[in-house]
Amino acid sequence: MPRSRHSNIGRQPSQLRIRLVPPITVVLGSMVTALPIITDYPILPPMGLIILLAWRLIRPGYWKVWAGFPLGLIDDIFSGQPFGSAAFLWSVVFILLEAIDRKAVSRDYWQDWLIASIATVFVLLGGMLIVDLQSNMLRLDLLVPQILLSILLYPFVARLIGAIDHWRVAS
Amino acid sequence: MAPPINRRPGFSKRAQYSIFASYLLGILGAILGLLLLLVSFIDPLGFSALRTIGAEAIAPVSKTLSDIGGATGNAEGEISAYFNAASKNAAMRRELEQNRIEILEARALKQENERLKRLLKLDEDVPDSIAMARLISSTASSSRRIATLGVGSNSGLEPGQPVRSPEGLVGRVLETGPTTARVLLVSDGKNVTPVQRASDSLPAFATGRGDGTVDIQPINIGTNPFKGGDLLITSGSGGLYSPGIPVAVVIRKTETGAIGRVLANPAKVSHAIVQPIFQAETMRQIGKNAASDAKKETGE
Repeated sequence: MPRSRHSNIGRQPSQLRIRLVPPITVVLGSMVTALPIITDYPILPPMGLIILLAWRLIRPGYWKVWAGFPLGLIDDIFSGQPFGSAAFLWSVVFILLEAIDRKAVSRDYWQDWLIASIATVFVLLGGMLIVDLQSNMLRLDLLVPQILLSILLYPFVARLIGAIDHWRVAS
Repeated sequence: MAPPINRRPGFSKRAQYSIFASYLLGILGAILGLLLLLVSFIDPLGFSALRTIGAEAIAPVSKTLSDIGGATGNAEGEISAYFNAASKNAAMRRELEQNRIEILEARALKQENERLKRLLKLDEDVPDSIAMARLISSTASSSRRIATLGVGSNSGLEPGQPVRSPEGLVGRVLETGPTTARVLLVSDGKNVTPVQRASDSLPAFATGRGDGTVDIQPINIGTNPFKGGDLLITSGSGGLYSPGIPVAVVIRKTETGAIGRVLANPAKVSHAIVQPIFQAETMRQIGKNAASDAKKETGE
């Protein structure tokens, strides 16, 4: 983003588009539960989270540390998890990612994928632990298909977000 | 990807403070999330208004998409029906003849049943259904098992009402909005259904396991009388579900009970029927007692 802001060549893209496109795509990802997919066990990858991670890793400078909280709250409305679960877990992920960003000198694509995978596993496991805190029937094996699907989906989402980002900053 | 911009603060006190402040805001967000989580543990329905708004907002999309999905499903069936139509026709004719006889027998049984019920004064006036609708979406990405139904309080739905399909019990209404309702499925980890074995009305509890199966625990602990293939139906105790709705079939025994597969697979249920609460008066009194108990507790 800073690069495009300082560029004097050609027209500037609208500030509204630059500012609003990332959060809107994340909210649309959270709304993926509107699809008429009715399943007996969790299988749908957490699209909101994967899109957010892709944005966060592609554009580290865009996101504030606290951005996980409001976006997580919106995700909680649609996910069916207890309210506050994603708000808490996404905030933790953002704090950790910020810390990683300050430590690391540079990252490549594979490291991005690894970080996104670890973050997704953390949020999915955390989400199940939060749900099962009350019913005491922990069955982590249920999450394996969902975790695998989410990890395999990340590169595609990252490509898509890359394309959207290109359009976002293009004049 | 691109190397991150160098954001090391160096020796500037101001830059260091701003980093500190941004971390503080992030941690504040996490703490707020944790607090909200605590609130929703104490009062699980506290944020239902927000969820209802969300469900209502995305319901038009879900309804349209599920209609399209239903249409393509039908088209597939209709095309395949063209093949071997002749043999099917003959088979259906035989079936029709058979059914006619069975209907006559059933009618006779029904009359006898009504006569016996009158004798026993058991004629409870429970209307069959309040509404019929499609399950339009579910929490497919969460480990909770909650589905959204395409009708809501405008059609007379209330929390607690049982939802069933021709195959068996689907769940019960958890929260209602004007045109949508959230249904807690039988297989959700927090749904406990009082059941009985169909063959000898042995009472048990069926608790969801989150993957389309239920954990069945007999009320008489010590013996484990279940065997594969046992059919479990609702027992009617508790007053929520009317007795006799099929729930699950035992697939294997465990140390203390059994694991059963839920009969009404929500993914295949085309239409769900919402029924009234079996003994609404009892449920109301239980609710009242609970409320007065809560008042007492808070008063002391």
